[in-house]
Amino acid sequence: MARYVVDVMPKSEILDPQGKAVLGALPRLGFAGVVDVRQGKRFEVEIEGDATAESLAEVQQMAQTLLSNPVIEDFEVRAV
Amino acid sequence: MRVGVVTFPGSLDDVDARRAVTFGGNEAVVLWHGDHDLRGVDAVVLPGGFSYGDYLRCGAISRFAPVMTEVIEAAGKGMPVLGICNGFQILCESHLLPGALIRNDHRKFVCRDQRLRIENTSTPWTSAYAPGAEVTIVLKNGEGGFVADEATLDLLEGEGRVVARYLDDNPNGSLRDIAGITNERGNVVGLMPHPEHAVEDLCGPGTDGLGFFTSLAAAAFA
Repeated sequence: MARYVVDVMPKSEILDPQGKAVLGALPRLGFAGVVDVRQGKRFEVEIEGDATAESLAEVQQMAQTLLSNPVIEDFEVRAV
Repeated sequence: MRVGVVTFPGSLDDVDARRAVTFGGNEAVVLWHGDHDLRGVDAVVLPGGFSYGDYLRCGAISRFAPVMTEVIEAAGKGMPVLGICNGFQILCESHLLPGALIRNDHRKFVCRDQRLRIENTSTPWTSAYAPGAEVTIVLKNGEGGFVADEATLDLLEGEGRVVARYLDDNPNGSLRDIAGITNERGNVVGLMPHPEHAVEDLCGPGTDGLGFFTSLAAAAFA
């Protein structure tokens, strides 16, 4: 079984209200000195067979088509 | 005209949209997300709600619903398509409209009567309005912040493709106070506020939303 992780993050120039909410909560819990928090998504994808260049390309295609919106998000794919 | 209103699992405002279509002098036709069939309609409304539970991203999964294949193809041939709220999100995810809708900058769901200016009255959905008309219709969204890169925003402004703009307070952090846009051809319109909730005096802030539904009939007889 080939396993891939797809990390999807809001682009740096896009406002991330969820990250801001977490950033606001941390000092209230006593975590001082936190300057920024960005919140993204992590997908774990399992594919039949061994990890190959083809299956990697397929996951990249999935990330581009469905898992991320290229207008507001960037993604990274890696085999694990 | 026969106007199809698509029901996705999680659509909320499909019934109100069909009612508004009827009030606008058109025939409302029920369309189902799982069908590869537009039932011969002349125009399509993608209603508000939380289609597919807003899972992944708002509109991201709906965009691949069977009926959307037909909607995207018909829109490409010039069929009028109006996406309201969640429908606007679906149109952006479908790349029928540029940009994206993200969570409101103030992180709260907003529900209120919103003043808007109708800036483009040449679309089949807005031709009943006077240019620059200021209207009040219902706004309710959690992820209504319109974003696009500067070049896209400049293009939209330059080509007059901003259909509606928020007046008074910007309710959700939308860039340049954009409430609605249209595509290059002008047949596809996405709007975050809900004109279908402002079509009769009994409820809502008045009947200012009716123009979105009477425009089609006016266009048909023009």
